Amino acid sequence: MFFFEEIEVGQRRELGSFTFTAEGIKKFAAQFDPQRFHLDEEEGKKSLFGGLAASGWHVGCVCMKLLVADAQRLAKEAAARGEEVAVSGPSPGFRELRWIRPVLAGDSISFASEIETKRTSEKRPEWGIVQARNTGTNQRGELVFSLLATAFVPRRSVQP
Amino acid sequence: MTLTLEDFPPGRLGTFGPRHVTREDILAFAAEFDPQPMHLDEEAAKRSLLNGLSGSGWHLCSLMMRMMCDGFLGRTASMGSPGVNEVRWLAPLRPGDDLLLDVEVTEARVSKSRPDTGIVTFKSVVRNARGEALCEMVSPIIVRRREGGA
Repeated sequence: MFFFEEIEVGQRRELGSFTFTAEGIKKFAAQFDPQRFHLDEEEGKKSLFGGLAASGWHVGCVCMKLLVADAQRLAKEAAARGEEVAVSGPSPGFRELRWIRPVLAGDSISFASEIETKRTSEKRPEWGIVQARNTGTNQRGELVFSLLATAFVPRRSVQP
Repeated sequence: MTLTLEDFPPGRLGTFGPRHVTREDILAFAAEFDPQPMHLDEEAAKRSLLNGLSGSGWHLCSLMMRMMCDGFLGRTASMGSPGVNEVRWLAPLRPGDDLLLDVEVTEARVSKSRPDTGIVTFKSVVRNARGEALCEMVSPIIVRRREGGA
């Protein structure tokens, strides 16, 4: 995680990739999204998705998983350099989540996060508000997932 | 009977649940998808802005999806969803919460590109037992039209 002052619009981080297995897709779906095309190969083939498809929420949760791992890597590196570690606040939400193409069993999705806007908070001067476009791209280079996330990021210059 | 586009006129659809969430549910989800200290570690959570162990916002959204499935989507001719317009996380999910989901249809229209289907937009609000809204979501779902329907 960065402090508000170090964040620039257009900054992009590659978060790594994740392969969705049939087993993982069915496990998530059984728990949170038990629709037939997320649970069964044949039903998936008959659906608009054309195969066993991951729940869109599964794709979003995996994006979160990789975002957290990236933030923890950055924190570790900052700590190793003896620098103060920025800890982001709770997120107020997101907008414009798009499930652009199905994520099918065997697909490997590469996630990235790019800063779109940054502003200071009038109500909470110790925080900045940052919007990031988080995306997922499959092994064929097709965009499959996109969302505009909002986060509170600590400011270095203002102490609470 | 399977629900189709015609079964979703704009207006209140219903309240679904309750769904009980345990500490173990919160910890297991966080360990897999959102391992931030405020979702995993009691002591760190007390020091966080959320003042105590809270569930991941993505866990809460996934639970809302499950409550929609159990409430009505499981018997709907659903064909998937193009996305989510907006999610607002309003208050933390806590261990032991009993969730209720209020669902309203804000729009239902026939698809231009696929006239045998329609798009139903839902506004869902999940609340705890005290009636506090924890999360609000606006999301469209693609639903088949009734066979032979005009």
